[in-house]
Amino acid sequence: MKRLTAAAAAFAALAVLSACGDGAGTAKDDTGTLTEIDYYEAAPQNTQLPKLLDACGTEVGVKIEHQQVPRAQFMPKLLQQASARTLPDLALVDNPDLPQLAASGGLVPLKELSTEGLYPSIVTAGQYKGDTYGIAAGVNGLALYYNQDLFSAAGLQPPKTWDELTAAAKALTKGTRYGIAFSAVGTEEGSFQFEPFFWTAGANLKQLDSPEAIKALTLWKDLVDGKAASRSVVTWTQADVNDQFMAGNAAMMVNGPWQLPTLNAKQGLKFGIVPIPIPAPTAKPVTPLGGEMWTVGRSNPERERKALAVLKCLLGKDKSLEWSTAAGYIPSNQAAAAALAQSNPQLAAFVEEVATAQARTADLGTDYPKTSEALFNAIQSCLAGGKSPQEALKAAQASVK
Amino acid sequence: MRKLAFVAPAWLYVAVFYLYPLATNVRMGFQDFTVTSFYTGVAPFVGLRNYREVFRDPAFAGTVTNTVLFTAGSLLLQFGIGLALAVFFKRNFPLGGALRSLLLVPWLLPLVVSGTAWRWILETDSGVLNRTLLNLHLVSEPVPWLASTDLSLTAVTLVNVWVGIPFNMVILYGGLQAIPAELYEAAQLDGAGAWQRFRRVTLPLLRPVTTVVLTLGLIYTLKVFDVIMVLTQGGPADSSQTLTTFSYDLSFQQLAFGHGAAVGNLLVLVAVVFAIGYLRAERRTP
Repeated sequence: MKRLTAAAAAFAALAVLSACGDGAGTAKDDTGTLTEIDYYEAAPQNTQLPKLLDACGTEVGVKIEHQQVPRAQFMPKLLQQASARTLPDLALVDNPDLPQLAASGGLVPLKELSTEGLYPSIVTAGQYKGDTYGIAAGVNGLALYYNQDLFSAAGLQPPKTWDELTAAAKALTKGTRYGIAFSAVGTEEGSFQFEPFFWTAGANLKQLDSPEAIKALTLWKDLVDGKAASRSVVTWTQADVNDQFMAGNAAMMVNGPWQLPTLNAKQGLKFGIVPIPIPAPTAKPVTPLGGEMWTVGRSNPERERKALAVLKCLLGKDKSLEWSTAAGYIPSNQAAAAALAQSNPQLAAFVEEVATAQARTADLGTDYPKTSEALFNAIQSCLAGGKSPQEALKAAQASVK
Repeated sequence: MRKLAFVAPAWLYVAVFYLYPLATNVRMGFQDFTVTSFYTGVAPFVGLRNYREVFRDPAFAGTVTNTVLFTAGSLLLQFGIGLALAVFFKRNFPLGGALRSLLLVPWLLPLVVSGTAWRWILETDSGVLNRTLLNLHLVSEPVPWLASTDLSLTAVTLVNVWVGIPFNMVILYGGLQAIPAELYEAAQLDGAGAWQRFRRVTLPLLRPVTTVVLTLGLIYTLKVFDVIMVLTQGGPADSSQTLTTFSYDLSFQQLAFGHGAAVGNLLVLVAVVFAIGYLRAERRTP
């Protein structure tokens, strides 16, 4: 008898546990509320997005539950939700992560949504095996910010070529101020910051140790070894880089348009933005396409239909322009981007670059994250570990084979 | 029968919260567990492939060396300094109690908080440590504590030592209190000097406590994660990567969960070996 009681208790406990699992399932059948997830932790993005979601939710007639998690936990969180079959209806996924997520089978192909008029690189970045799984409302890229006061005091023009970049960085390094700041941190951010130089030099992610790649890494190494950039670049995220620039500790920085709202709010800081310098006057700048893609998670036809309707609203002309302006993005729509560049000269350099930007996953698809890890490790072992660019990149190429 | 009913909840608790996750992790180490597996639930068994690939990973050898250096360095310094402080505080002197309590502060602070503070202190250009060293003319240019592959492991080890000293000191201090004062008096009468009293009385009688402190310290140090994560994230270029951060990196950054689980299992195995050694040692001491 007693043993039975114990068994019953155990059974009851398990039943409670599995009932919790069911609870999530019932929530999924309710079509009046959609769930959304993203990784914006800072203003203005994390304050603007809920507003837009509410507006589009009202338009479609659903309530949208907004959820945000830190960037580092974003993919694990989505995977955990995928395994519990509770993927959010709408997820704003970083574009290099999209192929992996699409490969899992948990995303709905966005067949009904048109990608006409969008930049082709953005459309490619959202595709997996020929189907579109993600569409971005706005994208971003990287450009060179420079401190106008420091440049005019030194009688310098913003650099266009690598030689000019190195010369300006050296000339403006003084006391505790460095000529340039960039992020060589050991995450995807580090690769993202290096790729404009890597690709513009003519290198390809399939061959990490090509002479072109070595040339690009040599540029960065010379800046750090020549003390025109801090050795701390290997620990700085792009947000840290922005802080250094705002504090006047760097005369130039490599950064994206999402920093504009913060930079414009800073009193007494005069800055200009030019495209990333190129190795030779004839070279074509190629920057990585940055930004997040809206995806729809599998649930039931009714919910998926509503999620698509919300997405249509978010990607619409007005809403995507509103989002781009408020959050520091370039509209994915070519015509809208051109119009924005006209009205807002701060964005001109970014818009110019987006036209030739390359999706990071274009060549490698689901293999991109592994190659990116090899690349940022190579950058770090070169800048912080005294390895030559050749050695570092050779090791990186060997590790992805 | 009645006994069983009382034991059942404990067993259930252990089964649900310890055995099940552990068994899952062991199983995952033998599976090709990818991003897709989360959605489809399908993860084919691949035998020892994950382990072979982890061993062959160019970062693996360095990670094991780092783990050994980090663990040995932390244990040695934590124990040495902890013991020295414990012996020091055994004497009664004004404010001794207050000072001893203050030394516990590192233990009380959340590691993320103290880690972030250390990150600022150790910052190359503006950190207070480098500023001080420069002003004292001890170095001619800033030391890249966290930004150099040569120094990052030393930096995280030293911070971890700082974190671990209170634990060592408190337990060893407790052990010292238990040693009867008569033994010291007797030794003194026999003509033993301070060093001899320490070697012949304190150390042998402290041995059971020492075993506990070192074994627990070893297990704690092996699984240290937050200190490294906050300070360097295992970088630059994996130079401060230990098995714990490596496992995290494989699972949650590279999303290679099978590989991450394999490394996790290796860690569990090492900890279990030392735990068994500890239990054996426990049994031998009367």
